[in-house]
Amino acid sequence: MKKLLRLAVALWMGGIGVALAAPYAVTDERGERVRFDAPPQRVVSLLPSLTETVCALGACARLVGVDRYSNWPVSVRTLPQLGGGIDPHVEAIVRLQPDVVLLAQSSRVAQRLQALGLKVLTLEPKSHADMQRVLGQVGQVLGLPEAESRKVWQGITQGVAQAAAAVPAHARQARVYIEVSRGPYAASAASFIGETLAQLGAQNVVPASLGPFPKLNPEFVVRANPDLIMVGNRSMQAEINYPGWQSIRAVREQRVCVFSADEADIVVRPGPRMAEAAQIMARCLAEKAP
Amino acid sequence: MIRRARWLTLALLLATALLVLLGASVGSTGFNSLASLRADPMGAQIVWDIRLPRTLGTWLAGALLGLAGAVAQGLFRNPLADPYLLGSGSGALLGVAISMAAIGGSPFALSWIARLGLTGAAFVGAVCGVLLTLTLAQGVQHTLRLLLAGVIVGVVLGAISSLLMLLAPEIMQALQAFMLGSTGYVGWTACGLMAVPLVLCAIVAWALSPALDALSLGEATATSLGLPLPAMRMALIGVLGLATGAAVAQTGLVAFVGLAAPHLARSLVKVTHGRLGLLAAGMGGVLLLAADILARWLIAPQELPVGVLTAVLGGGYLLWLMQRRTRSGRRSLL
Repeated sequence: MKKLLRLAVALWMGGIGVALAAPYAVTDERGERVRFDAPPQRVVSLLPSLTETVCALGACARLVGVDRYSNWPVSVRTLPQLGGGIDPHVEAIVRLQPDVVLLAQSSRVAQRLQALGLKVLTLEPKSHADMQRVLGQVGQVLGLPEAESRKVWQGITQGVAQAAAAVPAHARQARVYIEVSRGPYAASAASFIGETLAQLGAQNVVPASLGPFPKLNPEFVVRANPDLIMVGNRSMQAEINYPGWQSIRAVREQRVCVFSADEADIVVRPGPRMAEAAQIMARCLAEKAP
Repeated sequence: MIRRARWLTLALLLATALLVLLGASVGSTGFNSLASLRADPMGAQIVWDIRLPRTLGTWLAGALLGLAGAVAQGLFRNPLADPYLLGSGSGALLGVAISMAAIGGSPFALSWIARLGLTGAAFVGAVCGVLLTLTLAQGVQHTLRLLLAGVIVGVVLGAISSLLMLLAPEIMQALQAFMLGSTGYVGWTACGLMAVPLVLCAIVAWALSPALDALSLGEATATSLGLPLPAMRMALIGVLGLATGAAVAQTGLVAFVGLAAPHLARSLVKVTHGRLGLLAAGMGGVLLLAADILARWLIAPQELPVGVLTAVLGGGYLLWLMQRRTRSGRRSLL
């Protein structure tokens, strides 16, 4: 009897849920309108920054599967891994019966999944403005009120502003070179990291005109003579210098921040952990800037 | 023909000298004449610490690859043979991929690999690739077996590197740069590390060139000439491995130089393998250096991958030569 009652209550509540949710549509970056009759409860994300966005909006519990590179928050590491954005496991995704699949623009699997009857949204934040927009879009997809995504975005911008305020005045004038991988590939002022750096008030020695991640002539950095260098750990910059770099002030005075793999994930990944990224970079500026 | 070879040697030396001058004048600011660099306070240091070692090192790497290409083509009697044939290229790639992926892993791996460095990892990888090929081919006696084993090792090691790249996508960009060749890291130490093997390999290749000449008549004839073929072959494979490994470790997998340089030399003069090796080395050096200067210059302060330009330059020149030959009614090239 008790069981029946509980079932009846559940059905009734479910009924309310369905009655409240009017059909809605969200437009993704391909310009495709994806219609939803009810907020999706089973979400698959194939891009770490989208996984983080879903979780930042408080909908982590709705994720049923992620790509193998998604590693934050810790709870997503226990979810089924569905391959990477480039090589997703189509069968495993379909088997999970997701209500929606979120993936990057560069992923080729979107059409295949659509043909198999899944709802697919391609979203890929690449800049601060993108991040704000994607936050709104993911919020819409999840059927959350608009105020929710606005609140999260406000939290992020406040966090960035706080990090910026924590940067000491002398460090604000610092001219910074950011290397994202060996090559040297730099992060220019046009990149996501570059935008964060600009918000902290520091200057990037690589101008936006070179594109977000240009492969530079190492000589360029010697000429620019930055006060501070930031590098992702994977580029092995700390171990091996380029010829002639001993004369760079930052190298001579050991003003080099080498981010650990976890820190590099936060700093390099355009996602809702922007405020944390700003804090990491602000700490580097405070500690190492001349 | 000997006279033509002398002329070609002279032309290559002249081209090298010109390109070295040009190489010292081209950098992240595009072209600056050396006089204007003298006025620039950083100029002398940039030319001395960055541009000159890079210019010389690039020439040396090209020379190593050209020499290795000439040896490979003679040894395998195959015009399509290139220095990476014995698995040294893919071995180096795997070595670099493993060390890049391991960095950020355990601290033990970090300190151990950091001491070896990416250059060391590439060299070790190249040597291991060649040794693996030799093991699979059960020695050096069967050319076809050696060729096939080399191809298989190349494909398998390449696939493992790709797998690593997929598992650790952070290393993708840096690994791609290595695959397309990157001359930006060459300093004075690297120049030394390439000059010594180049001299060594050139001497050995010169000394063993009679074996290559004999081989061009067929294996049976070569054996009947009474040459100690197995030992010579082993030594030549050593030359091939050392020359390629030394170049790959410093500059990554530069495409096409090793394949094109011997053909370019051969298309201009017909000489025996002793001279051919040296001319191919000079040709390789000039080709790679020219490509590198363009790579620095075209979109300065950004850089193009040097491998793209070697393919365009070397391939374009080779095509032009072929066209000219066929049009002038002479025997077509290759």
